[in-house]
Amino acid sequence: MAKIFIPTMLQKLTYGVKQVELEARNVRQVIEQLDGLYPGMKDRLVEDGEILPNLAVAIDGDVATMGLLQKVGENSEVHFVPAIGGG
Amino acid sequence: MTSNQVLSEVEYDVVGKRPVRPDGVDKVTGRAQYGDDTNLTGTLRAKVLRSPHAHARIKFIDTSKAEALPGVRAVITAKDLPFASLSKKELGGEYTSLKFASDHMMASDKALFKGHPVAAIAAVNAHVAESAMALIEVDYEVLKPVVDVREAMQDGAPLLHEDLRTNDMGETGEKPSNVATHMSYSIGDLDKGFAEADLVLEKEYTTSTVHQGYIEPHNTTAFWNSDGQLNLWTSTQGSFQVRGTVASILRLPVSQVKVTPMEIGGGFGGKITAYLDAICAVLSKKTGAPVKALMTRTEVFEASGPAPASWMRVKIGVKNNGKMTAVETEMAMDAGAYPGSPVMQAIVCAFACYDVENGKVDGYDVVDNKPKTAAYRAPGAPQAAFAVESLIDEICAELNMDPIEFRLLNAAKEGTRRIEGLVARRIGLVECLEVARDHDHYKSKIDGPNGRGVACGYWPNRGFQSSVVMTVNYDGVVSLLMGSVDIGGTRASIAQQTAETLGIGYEDVKPTVVDTDSIGYTFITGGSRTCFATGLAAINAAEDVKSQMISRAAKIWDTNEDDIEYVAGVVQHKSDEELKLTFKDLARQLATTGGSVSGRASVDPSGEGNGYAVHIADVTVDPDTGKTDVTRFTAVQDAGKAIHPSYVEGQMQGGAVQGIGWALNEEYFFDDSGKMMNPTFLDYRMPISLDLPMIDTVIVEVANPGHPYGVRGVGEVAIVPPMAAVGNAVSAATGNRMRSLPITPGKILEADWENGKS
Repeated sequence: MAKIFIPTMLQKLTYGVKQVELEARNVRQVIEQLDGLYPGMKDRLVEDGEILPNLAVAIDGDVATMGLLQKVGENSEVHFVPAIGGG
Repeated sequence: MTSNQVLSEVEYDVVGKRPVRPDGVDKVTGRAQYGDDTNLTGTLRAKVLRSPHAHARIKFIDTSKAEALPGVRAVITAKDLPFASLSKKELGGEYTSLKFASDHMMASDKALFKGHPVAAIAAVNAHVAESAMALIEVDYEVLKPVVDVREAMQDGAPLLHEDLRTNDMGETGEKPSNVATHMSYSIGDLDKGFAEADLVLEKEYTTSTVHQGYIEPHNTTAFWNSDGQLNLWTSTQGSFQVRGTVASILRLPVSQVKVTPMEIGGGFGGKITAYLDAICAVLSKKTGAPVKALMTRTEVFEASGPAPASWMRVKIGVKNNGKMTAVETEMAMDAGAYPGSPVMQAIVCAFACYDVENGKVDGYDVVDNKPKTAAYRAPGAPQAAFAVESLIDEICAELNMDPIEFRLLNAAKEGTRRIEGLVARRIGLVECLEVARDHDHYKSKIDGPNGRGVACGYWPNRGFQSSVVMTVNYDGVVSLLMGSVDIGGTRASIAQQTAETLGIGYEDVKPTVVDTDSIGYTFITGGSRTCFATGLAAINAAEDVKSQMISRAAKIWDTNEDDIEYVAGVVQHKSDEELKLTFKDLARQLATTGGSVSGRASVDPSGEGNGYAVHIADVTVDPDTGKTDVTRFTAVQDAGKAIHPSYVEGQMQGGAVQGIGWALNEEYFFDDSGKMMNPTFLDYRMPISLDLPMIDTVIVEVANPGHPYGVRGVGEVAIVPPMAAVGNAVSAATGNRMRSLPITPGKILEADWENGKS
């Protein structure tokens, strides 16, 4: 089961739950399942069919480059972290 | 006594050496072509009319008198731009609404900072264009500005955007606000962590708006051909970002825009945003002629993107033995006229040097009536480090603990989970701290009116997309094409990685930076990503070349490819020692074995390089004048692998120098009307060589497991620790804790007076 870390600001939707374990093959499925468990989650993570512009998804510490299509491993850690560019 | 040391773990043939830069001759002989050297036949000169007010509603603009002036070919306002929606696009490395991007380039309904473009003119020469500017009549309704980040956050502050509401991670606020975004992350149990602490300190810090101070002003030349093709020659850190921005604002397919990046006279993050390109494009379309624009220094200060001012509150709890139990911060950074400050990077980096179980970070992105901020080396992280590393220095003083030993006790290492959740892989902070602790500088004595400060810093160094194409010429020289603009010596460092992978000489690789039609998408040169990601693309392309060279040898020897190996630039049969060809010998036979060989690769690496640095600063503070002199400075940094150590040392020294300026001198002064009072290098005080000691460097090499040669990226983290290191040194010298940048002589004397010292 993949371990999903709920961002602090979204833990209101999960009634304080900080981590959820899900069987999901990609980020899209992670978010769909989160939204099923905690309605409203998808609207807080997705905009115009993509991850929120100022967010990035990290799978096992690697920032996903394929957005919602990024594969999630059986025992992956999934985080929603700030998007970072640079100068 | 100065020194540059490289602490290498692995030696290579080409990587790690210090060859002459490929663009060196052109640059020292003045032949390198910069943007302003672009001179097409019949080029018109553009000038931009800018708002004299920091906050004003534009009631109407009358351009008729300017258009009638002889020599004027066209005048444009925001009405000449396509309608822009609020939908968001990735423009210039950040996501922003098209309306904001379009309005930033040229104000439609409101001018939001002094210097905001409101109209532009193309004329036969710059003098005519300037004369015409005086003939444009703009009727403004002047509004009250706000130029302080905390004031802008208050209820009742002048609102810049009536439709802007705070985005709390996808939840939109009910009423208009200057706070564009709030983001928060936490780990562990904060209350429990602070309850376990023997000592808890909490302080507030501020930093001022500062500019990158690149020497070459923004410039561009545009030619919108009658066949519909738009060509741009510009000074930029990202030709594909300019292409994307211009195409989005002007509603063009990206393939209709070709951007040729010219040599760049400094960027440091400030040359990512496209300020002039779409303006010149529209003027070119209107006139049918090429149009060139070049900012003045005052325009660069007032209307390009500085780094944000900030307000930060930091709270840290520790046990008596120095172990951190909880950390917390709130950080607010001003984005200027439109959302997009780097405060989210700041909260990620704030405590990334430490392994702490309980923590919380909050970031606020705030708009105010200043030029829209842009990236500046490790955007957001230097401000955050100033606050966190200053408070840690106070804690060390309270605990009577050596500041490096304190940091070693709490240092992040492999397996440390950061507050936003990511777990560190192999990182080199501990090694940097140990090198700093054992350095001659740190072990030397210091006394009198002198002080020493230490600070560390972090930057993630994420990858992003890069493309490389290389062709083997029949003389064995490899033509290397890349989309990454060369700011800090990446022609050399990418060529070195190519040569190392192919097993050939550095002088046999000929790197060229090409336009957007000639290579696949390549993200900006910034974020300490180019040597890492474009280097990775070059390595992959070189591997592609190697497999094709094996295939050609198989044809020549009439044998199976599996029987052939490529070893150190030689293609050889695995079992027949007689069958052997050097890279050059085989290259000579390419024409008769199928023609040229080209290798190519596009990459989008997902890992982080994780750059860490530790700086030591010594200062002398004149007790009568408050003037601070930096007397000795040592920068220690984990480069992973220094591909070209001289360039790495240059990045470390440059970051330290810019940080010293940020610490002691640099700031935008605004009057009550929101006008910048010091928009020239005479009044905006950057350090020069006479102000500085030689910056000693120590390159630590703890290989990044995500890169074949261990590269981490080096340009960003070099500017993260110096403000805190200098601030801590000043505090040690004076006995007064300085919590506001810049630490000017006036602030030092005021602190003395407040403490009854003089």
